[in-house]
Amino acid sequence: MIMHIFRVFPQMEQVIVAMQDPDLGIKMKNQRLLITVIPHAMTGNDIVEWLMKKYSIMEEEALHVGDLLVRHGYIYPLKEPRNLVLRPDESPYRFQTPYFWSSQQWPASELDYAIYLTKKNIRKQGQLIDYEKENYNLLHKRINHTWDFVVMQAKEQLRASKQRRKADRIVLECQEQAYWLINRPPVECLTPRLSQRDRGKQSNTKCEHSSRMSLMHSDWSLAVTFPSSFIKYSEQYFSHDPMMHGCPPSNPWITDDITHWALNTNTVSTPTKLRVERWSFRFMELLSDPLGRLKFMEYLEKEFSAENLCFWEACEDIRHGENSRIPQKVQEVYKQFLAPGASKWVNVDSKTMEKTLEGLRRPNRFVMDDAQMHIYFLMKKDSYPRYLKSDLYKNLLVKAIAPQETKRSVFPFMRRHRHSSPNPALVAQALEEDGKAKRLGSPRITSPATSP
Amino acid sequence: MLRGSSAVAIDNERNKHPSDVIAAASAARARRSGRVGLATASRSTSDPHPAEMATHELHPNDTLTTLKMESENLKAKLEEERAKLHDVELHQVAEKIEALGQFVMKTRRTLKGHGNKVLCMDWCKDKRRIVSSSQDGKVIVWDAFTTNKEHAVTMPCTWVMACAYAPSGCAVACGGLDNKCSVYPLSLDKNENLAAKKKSVAMHTNYLSACSFTNSDMQILTSSGDGTCALWDVESGQLLQSFHGHGADVLCLDLAPSETGNTFVSGGCDKKANVWDMRSGQCIQSFETHESDINSVRYYPSGDAFASGSDDATCRLYDLRADREVAIYSKESIIFGASSVDFSLSGRLLFGGYNDYTINVWDVLKGNRVSILFGHENRVSTLRVSPDGTAFCSGSWDHTLRIWA
Repeated sequence: MIMHIFRVFPQMEQVIVAMQDPDLGIKMKNQRLLITVIPHAMTGNDIVEWLMKKYSIMEEEALHVGDLLVRHGYIYPLKEPRNLVLRPDESPYRFQTPYFWSSQQWPASELDYAIYLTKKNIRKQGQLIDYEKENYNLLHKRINHTWDFVVMQAKEQLRASKQRRKADRIVLECQEQAYWLINRPPVECLTPRLSQRDRGKQSNTKCEHSSRMSLMHSDWSLAVTFPSSFIKYSEQYFSHDPMMHGCPPSNPWITDDITHWALNTNTVSTPTKLRVERWSFRFMELLSDPLGRLKFMEYLEKEFSAENLCFWEACEDIRHGENSRIPQKVQEVYKQFLAPGASKWVNVDSKTMEKTLEGLRRPNRFVMDDAQMHIYFLMKKDSYPRYLKSDLYKNLLVKAIAPQETKRSVFPFMRRHRHSSPNPALVAQALEEDGKAKRLGSPRITSPATSP
Repeated sequence: MLRGSSAVAIDNERNKHPSDVIAAASAARARRSGRVGLATASRSTSDPHPAEMATHELHPNDTLTTLKMESENLKAKLEEERAKLHDVELHQVAEKIEALGQFVMKTRRTLKGHGNKVLCMDWCKDKRRIVSSSQDGKVIVWDAFTTNKEHAVTMPCTWVMACAYAPSGCAVACGGLDNKCSVYPLSLDKNENLAAKKKSVAMHTNYLSACSFTNSDMQILTSSGDGTCALWDVESGQLLQSFHGHGADVLCLDLAPSETGNTFVSGGCDKKANVWDMRSGQCIQSFETHESDINSVRYYPSGDAFASGSDDATCRLYDLRADREVAIYSKESIIFGASSVDFSLSGRLLFGGYNDYTINVWDVLKGNRVSILFGHENRVSTLRVSPDGTAFCSGSWDHTLRIWA
């Protein structure tokens, strides 16, 4: 069923797009929600009737299909948002914005969820439902080191949303809420007769034994929690895993041919297709590949926002560098990136800046953490998606090398000469001796040569 | 007992049709020797259903003891029912995933040179070099691809239980019974004695069980028989943070791959796996489901989970977001402890090195064993997948290391 779901996303999306067709789709109206008017909404009835007409099916089937669309997050209810069901009556519904579609690759990260819960907590004190409260506390413990950042982001987002029209604000809140209901559904203790539809009644029966045996009893919630995230990950990386899928052109350990390594060094001019693809999986993938980072830097330079990545690298250097050099590095970073009129000034919000400046008086390894996270998120949410849509990236993909898997050698017993490669320590020594002792950016970029 | 070095047994358990699963869950479990999910004994048909038991009338002879026993009984039954449902669902989900095809892995290199048991190894970021340490006090750096030895250091102590390659490839760290972790910059001057430039970094009050560089050459994380883990500044040897919470020797650790890069997991003789916040030194999550020492912990590539290998002959998977164990990898035919575990690049496979000289390959999602690899002639003590996932290396008490692909 899990595989089935992923294959079915594009088909579901086709239906959704058809439903929104200006001529042949559902006639949208303004719907009233208490005293606010929400534009571009429809009723449950509208959905069922449209499906019946479009696909020439009976009401029961139309209701079933519509219900699936709701449960997978493509349509969400405005009334009773936590009950993701399609009601064939005047209940108002809206289409979920494509950004939040379940088929989007980017995994809903812990930080994103933490920010969402914090926003909710701030906005309506004590309005978090039990499972949300639990998740909030758990996250608070687990990512405590970035909690200041989480709170600041939440406050920023709330401030920005206050400046919107009420209708827009409600819509955005509903969209976000629906998204998180799908991505972080409640997990409840199982009592034998609890029905799937009764999700509205959050049962508070305490689990009887000490360890938290949370159980998921609904098909679709299974699809988006534990098994799904691991299945999704393994699926995504399947063709990149040499043990599962082979290794173009061949696995060096098996054929003694090091072409695969030669094609994937950090100094290669044309990267391979698999490698460039991988940069689109998650932002960390892009950043951890020195070549990926370089290419991303080129893009940022064109956008005049390269200072963000430089700042992030400098912060990494502080976090992972020698203890003794911290005060000096912190001062340098401040001068270059944060001071008024700095040559590579980065746009950090005022609260974070205030806190960072406080910390500068007693510089430690973590003093730049909040600012670093802020800029990291800026890049992740803004520059990164645009980079993936940019011509620069698309060209890389088009020009990328995709070597063919070579067949087994005709003479399997003929051993190829196994070339040695320069020892990374030797390379580093040579560089130093040449007087090129400057650090190649952050410690992470300094990776040993892999050329043959 | 052992087959030839290239022999491989393929163990492919076929999928059941989904509709059979629920009905045949217990029977299937009894038939097959593998299991996914939590241990569940098949319920004997003579025991009353928990719901029924609750409605039994109170008898005059019921003492506090018997009532207590009954309540414990009920509790256990309820847990069983819950676990069964959980089992079925996890199993049901895994059923729909396509089974892995034929799986063939062979020894591609054998590294001979250690004079005694190999205890630990680590890969260099260049994907072909490794460092290994052994009971005779020797630490060797190899180009595993050519099988050439490139550096050798003799430690002043025996039983070098931990070694690690620096991210830059310019140094190695090692330690063991000397209670220290020392860093040796690698020099290519054949005449130079590497030991001369040795830097003593970590100081524990008992043996060093594991060490790992963090994201740079400048910081090392260690775990020790003294029950603690610690983070050190390499340059000065200063202790940056210590981690207290294990009730016995800590045997292993692994750093989390994550956006914030601030946590790591450790496993110990107290049967616990703890997740730590590197910044505050606090233990933020703890898992205690193993029945014996945890010898090895390794993060799933996404960072959302980790696997553990234990003397109780099982490997387990813990989901950090759900805050619980989600899978057990075990078989009745596997009696000896797992010493070392690691994931393939996509996280689909889990490799486990065992004390019965074998390596078992598990399908992480479906829970069944995909393959068993023979070749070592003594305990497998250490196992790591290469940085690009093209191969994995195993080290053994038979004095050799093997590269498999």
